[in-house]
Amino acid sequence: MYAQMIKSTGEGVKSLEDMDPDERAFQERINAGGKIEPKDWMPEGYRKNLIRQIGQHAHSEIVGQLPEGNWITRAPTLERKAILLAKVQDEAGHGLYLYCAAETLGVTRDDLTRDLLSGKMKYSSIFNYPTLTWADMGAVGWLVDGAAIMNQVPLQRTSYGPYARAMVRICKEESFHQRQGYDIMMKMANGTEAQRKMAQDALNRFWYPSLMMFGPSDKESVHSAQSMAWKIKMNTNDELRQKFVDQTAPQAEYLGLTIPDEHLRWNEETGHYDFSEPDWNEFFDVLRGNGPCNTERLEARNKAWDDGRWVREGLLAHAAKKRARKLAAE
Amino acid sequence: MSSPETSPYADTKATEHGETRKTEWPLWEVFIRGQHGLSHRHVGSLHAPDAEMAIKNARDVYTRRNEGVSIWVVEAVHIAASSPEEKGSLYEPSNDKVYRHPTFFDIPDEVGAM
Repeated sequence: MYAQMIKSTGEGVKSLEDMDPDERAFQERINAGGKIEPKDWMPEGYRKNLIRQIGQHAHSEIVGQLPEGNWITRAPTLERKAILLAKVQDEAGHGLYLYCAAETLGVTRDDLTRDLLSGKMKYSSIFNYPTLTWADMGAVGWLVDGAAIMNQVPLQRTSYGPYARAMVRICKEESFHQRQGYDIMMKMANGTEAQRKMAQDALNRFWYPSLMMFGPSDKESVHSAQSMAWKIKMNTNDELRQKFVDQTAPQAEYLGLTIPDEHLRWNEETGHYDFSEPDWNEFFDVLRGNGPCNTERLEARNKAWDDGRWVREGLLAHAAKKRARKLAAE
Repeated sequence: MSSPETSPYADTKATEHGETRKTEWPLWEVFIRGQHGLSHRHVGSLHAPDAEMAIKNARDVYTRRNEGVSIWVVEAVHIAASSPEEKGSLYEPSNDKVYRHPTFFDIPDEVGAM
């Protein structure tokens, strides 16, 4: 999801009998629906996995500002501009809530930032696609934030307290994001022929990348099984993807737009939509750094970090000076 | 994509929460009083060079939708906390004083609300 391809220790899930007393007490607490808090004992694998998962999620929120930031200066009306600006500011906030949760696990903000900037840590593949028209702002809000909500709502019940609490805050705000996106799509789909075409084109380009956000099927994966036992992953990728398609297909129909999948149809027997898998080769290629915008996104983050250096250092020096003056006066 | 063999955090030791390097802005814990006459409540943390900036940043990060009427910030390194291992010695003594709870006493219905 926002943290795609997070892999755990790879050892598979231990049975309670095979665990030492600390680990067993830890797992039993999770099984009983209890929360793990920062100072509690936790297995190293749990800690490292969470740092990677929450870190990637945070990076996704931060990098996710770029495709939408692209349209702030070109929004069609002042109202749309103010709404988009508020939405992008929320994404920054979501990144900060998540960094703050990751930091409770014994990693510093700068460690995480450094690993994003060097490319060592990843962010969601979806943000490596370009936003070419205003309708893409609609498609991103409707589909990308819609997919994110599918993943984030169950994570409000995740076992790690600070992560769960960050998710609660995020989910409260995320609904605004999806609705503003759908609102743009409604306007475009009911507009002129040119606007309707633009909306359809945005759906065509964002449909499969949105399905990829959930990651490849993981029903056989031992990594996922461990993450699910730890309750840092609540559903399989396929479950969430299906749920997303089931929810989104009727919404596309309402807009009078066509989802670019000739195999998409309602299946009476299963009670779900059948649909085509995205091209997983493309997904892995984008994760490897070969998506349309990977280079641009990382360059933008690196530039922001480098250009902001004098501000970070200047404010630290100013704070030190003020402290020293105050001490001298006492 | 991180593979299980190359965990970026394999060699990191858990640092104490709030410990930062000299080049980093310190970590501040943020407490917000909601609209309804409640106490200040911990909402999260953020980085800022000093207390004044911490409050300004807290306003932007934690109260974008009227969540609060008052903000406290305190540098994370200044917070002293009990540790989970002390749970027994800290809280168990109150377990055997059930008479501290009003339900310990049976008051006949005829007495009325009490």
